[in-house]
Amino acid sequence: MSGPQLQHAGLNLLDTDEMEPAEAALGLYGFWIFLMSDAILFALLFAIYGTQLTATAGAPGPAAEFKLGPAFIETLILLTSSLTFGLASIALKYDRGRTGLVAWLLVTLVLGIVFLGFELDDFRTMFSDGATPDRSGFLSAFFALVPTHGLHVAAGCIWIMVMLVQVAVLGLDARVKLNLLKLGLFWHFLDIIWIAIFTVVYLQGTLT
Amino acid sequence: MNDDSLRFLLFGRLNAQAFPFVRAWQNPNISELIGALAGALVVVGALALVALLTWKRWWRPLFRDWLTSLDHKKIGIMYIVIAGVMLSRALVEAVLMRAQQSLAVDAPGIVAPEHFAQLFSTHGTIMIFFMAMPFLTGLINYVVPLQIGARDVAFPLLNSISLMLTAGGASLVMISLAVGEFSTGGWSGYPPYTGKVFQPGVGPDYWIWAITLSSLGTTFSGINFVATIYKKRCPGMHLTCMPLFCWTALCTSILMIFAMPPLTLATALLALDRYLDFHFFTNDLGGNMMNYVNLFWLFGHPEVYILILPAFGVYSEVISAFSSKELYGYKSLAAATMVIGVLSFTVWLHHFFTMGQSADVNAFFGVATMTIAIPTGVKIYDWIWTMFRGEVRFTAPMLFSLAFIVTFVLGGLSGILLAIPPIDFVVHNTVFLVAHFHNVLIPGLLYGMIAGYMYWFPKAFGFRLSEVWGRIAFGFWVSGFYLAFMPLYVLGLGGMARRSQALFEPDYRPWLLIAIVGAFLLLAGLVSLFVQLWVSVRDREASRVPVGDPWDARSLEWSVSAPPPEYNFAIIPQVDRLDPFYWLKERKEAYRPARRYDAIVMPRNSWVGPLVGLAGAVCAFGLVWHIWWLTILAFVGVWAPVVARSFVRDVHRTIPASEVEATDRRWLDCAQATRPVPRELETEPANLGLARPFPAQVPA
Amino acid sequence: MLGAAGPVAEQTRSLFLLVCTILLFVAAPVLLLTPIFAWHYRLSNTKSAYRPQWGFNWPLEGFIWIPPAIIVVVLAVFLWRDTHRLDPYKPLASPYPPVEVQVVALDWKWLFIYPDEGVASVNELAFPADRPVHLSLTSGTVMQSFFVPQLAGQIYAMAGMTTQHNLAANKPGRFRGENTQFNGTGFQNQKFSVLAQSTDDHATWLSRARASGRTLDQGAYTALTARSTQTEPILFGAVSPGLFHAILAQNDPAMHVAHGHRPK
Repeated sequence: MSGPQLQHAGLNLLDTDEMEPAEAALGLYGFWIFLMSDAILFALLFAIYGTQLTATAGAPGPAAEFKLGPAFIETLILLTSSLTFGLASIALKYDRGRTGLVAWLLVTLVLGIVFLGFELDDFRTMFSDGATPDRSGFLSAFFALVPTHGLHVAAGCIWIMVMLVQVAVLGLDARVKLNLLKLGLFWHFLDIIWIAIFTVVYLQGTLT
Repeated sequence: MNDDSLRFLLFGRLNAQAFPFVRAWQNPNISELIGALAGALVVVGALALVALLTWKRWWRPLFRDWLTSLDHKKIGIMYIVIAGVMLSRALVEAVLMRAQQSLAVDAPGIVAPEHFAQLFSTHGTIMIFFMAMPFLTGLINYVVPLQIGARDVAFPLLNSISLMLTAGGASLVMISLAVGEFSTGGWSGYPPYTGKVFQPGVGPDYWIWAITLSSLGTTFSGINFVATIYKKRCPGMHLTCMPLFCWTALCTSILMIFAMPPLTLATALLALDRYLDFHFFTNDLGGNMMNYVNLFWLFGHPEVYILILPAFGVYSEVISAFSSKELYGYKSLAAATMVIGVLSFTVWLHHFFTMGQSADVNAFFGVATMTIAIPTGVKIYDWIWTMFRGEVRFTAPMLFSLAFIVTFVLGGLSGILLAIPPIDFVVHNTVFLVAHFHNVLIPGLLYGMIAGYMYWFPKAFGFRLSEVWGRIAFGFWVSGFYLAFMPLYVLGLGGMARRSQALFEPDYRPWLLIAIVGAFLLLAGLVSLFVQLWVSVRDREASRVPVGDPWDARSLEWSVSAPPPEYNFAIIPQVDRLDPFYWLKERKEAYRPARRYDAIVMPRNSWVGPLVGLAGAVCAFGLVWHIWWLTILAFVGVWAPVVARSFVRDVHRTIPASEVEATDRRWLDCAQATRPVPRELETEPANLGLARPFPAQVPA
Repeated sequence: MLGAAGPVAEQTRSLFLLVCTILLFVAAPVLLLTPIFAWHYRLSNTKSAYRPQWGFNWPLEGFIWIPPAIIVVVLAVFLWRDTHRLDPYKPLASPYPPVEVQVVALDWKWLFIYPDEGVASVNELAFPADRPVHLSLTSGTVMQSFFVPQLAGQIYAMAGMTTQHNLAANKPGRFRGENTQFNGTGFQNQKFSVLAQSTDDHATWLSRARASGRTLDQGAYTALTARSTQTEPILFGAVSPGLFHAILAQNDPAMHVAHGHRPK
């Protein structure tokens, strides 16, 4: 190959693209570092959650409040959305048109919204049981950790919508592609965090 | 809807009592009057600034050339301006506190307890977050891209956003003087004292949101600098060819990325406690304030090294340049820097040995703390041996560096004492601790920042600062430091608690009187810095250094004109070793035109940064006063410019090759026509920025 | 610490002086070499050598790294030994049993409960000088730090948790105690007296307390929790049983009661 070497597996910058691969790689590199910083935030939230597990102060505890069923369905939805985002990335890399990309992004978006719907329903149930964050240190920790992830997913959904508009308005120029790659990293990162939440919060809370 | 709820809807908690002028009117005592005066200063200062800008017609240039600029050099300078403004306020507060303590031995003094508590809280918060951090971020911003041969940082727009978030946080602290009050919980804001039960007012909220804006800005800066240093170095600039300042900047930036999230989280959880009745750090219902203390110091200790390492980098540059010599033990210094970076995450518990851990835990963290003394000691010796067989010139930055070495060692030794738990038990929370951290931060950070400011000033503005006033400032800063803080060591050993508004031991009085003299000398030091700036600007024609190398220095930033062109380098340099500019000069290859000039693409100005910063500050203000419509509107206002910007494609500006060539040749012609000066005359008007080389060796 | 008057403070002071002596050897070379090198190699001294390209030397490197490391190892040994020897949780050696005192930090005063005697006092800690004192501390409000500089180091008091402390005086005397952790506008006034008394004086003090006729029950405690300063000490002749544990339990029964550790 005589053209610039691809710097990132998902990046499809040909000679015609205005952006140098090195420039694109720099943007992705910065985003990786941002995710690392975000990961530390979650790590600390998990640590706080761990210290507050027994601080139930007479309010409902993990065993009473966590239902494995809905949590498992949420896990499946979010994992599937990661798969569909992966398919969108593949469409971005190999397809000529935008149809595949847009379709998979839409599916991902719908799955993200459905996930949020399930999660909000969980919170609603907990609230109606009287399990609100002002009741105990444990519930505070729960309602800091899990909704922080939920807020990230919501932000990801808004980002997908913005990217859909960008694809429609701007087409697939280099910066749109780069933004889609960053969004992909973000989306998969949220999946990893959720797996940790499912394990530490829901499995640990219900199977002990 | 009744009047009260309508008022709350519109103005939240804001009412007439929020304004210090009203409070002073209703209750005119000296403490309230001081508060009103400070608030008035903020208002008058802001009005005077607006008037000046309007009268001079500077609004347009201010926005066009500065606020919307993405140039790392201008952003760096703006950071340092913020630091200067905030330093002035916080130093005046320090003098006020010293005055209070020296007057209040068995007497009421001039400042009421509530007001005194706000003074030490704002003093600490400002000095750390809005003086030290902007100062070092500014220096890194200005210097690092030039030193590594880059045209800008990795993400210029993000850089502008970071700056404006920091500015937003700083203005929030300033606004708290004129509207409402600040926290009384100290710079560390320990709950439950800062929780809703004990502090229902707006004070801790001001503190939380000012810190949050600043810590977000700092996180982004850290990401930006790391990406810059790892990815934007010029060809041949291996990590081991970077100037030491870049190493310290790299280490500081890594620490920022890892250490700021704990702070962001600590303040966010405290905000949840205060706003939504969560129970993270409350006394009741399972809250545990020890979590806060751990989170805060998990940030707080690395923060110490975030602050100090860039100054270490400055000293490395300054001592090497003013000894006309290669830095001794470069690799040792770089390794020691990284070791300090890693160790800084293993010692946070020494901030609370007195919380009742087992002796094993305390001893472990005590030993870990002392371990940091090894790489730090190595650094000190490396600087000393850099002077060995050099040609040392006692310019102001060098004087600050020498004062640093001597003074910092004393601070380090008191640090060793504090690292030993049994000794910590008797001096913790006393003014001994206050003396210790001022003893490491004033020489270890502030002297370094001042030295860096004086050292790089001619590069940034094209003329040198007054040497006479530099030395006067040096005299004040050093004598002031010793007089202000050495007495506190003695008082601390006597058990004097820090943050005391009144004292009841007559024995303390003489020591406190010495300390207040020191505080006034430090204030004189600050004033002389401003006088120096004013005198230097006035006499700038006699101290121009257009060729750009006034100190016969060694790294790439000195190889371009002063001030450098917007794009830094007409052609990206190619280097092959440490101190590339020294070797260029040594091989007589400096100041050569390029074979071919290319067009250069630079980022266009952007309004996103100022808009995000403004919206962030407004959002924070809404949160402080519970003005929810404003909060929501401003939150949208933070994100809207960012999203809108992602649709903009016309973000670059091309500077044609002809213009680059013309500028470069003009500078090279100037260098040709300039007479090189020997080092003996470097502070004289003859120094136009071209150094006459030393002989390569002189035997004894 | 300057006027140490108890075994813990005295041992801490000798440790302090020992470490300071060791640190003199750390500081001396730097304080000497810096001015000497700077002056000797000044630009105007044409007699000094100049080697601008000299920047590394292995033996010197060893000299720079190894001695500081050795000093830190030596200090670490002392640190480990004395952190355990002077652990505030460790009971003090004495032929007599320690006086048990339960300490409650309030805004802005200190409450001392003597469970064995059934009396209590505010802002006055009294004990026989020949017996050591074992303190269990908690807070009825924000975190505070209990400190009697002339007798021993300090320890935090936190709501819902207990910390422990041991101190003693060499001979009868009156000492100043204080809170060192800022806790509001009355902070600077939150001082208390520590009275190390002869056996007779202590007996007098106890009978004075009992004669006061005041009882420290939940109601009296609630009155004390008002945020106020207290200049004169208050004595209580009786204490309702289990009050200290009731105060602890007010802040979360589920956690923290057994915070801290038992000394080995």
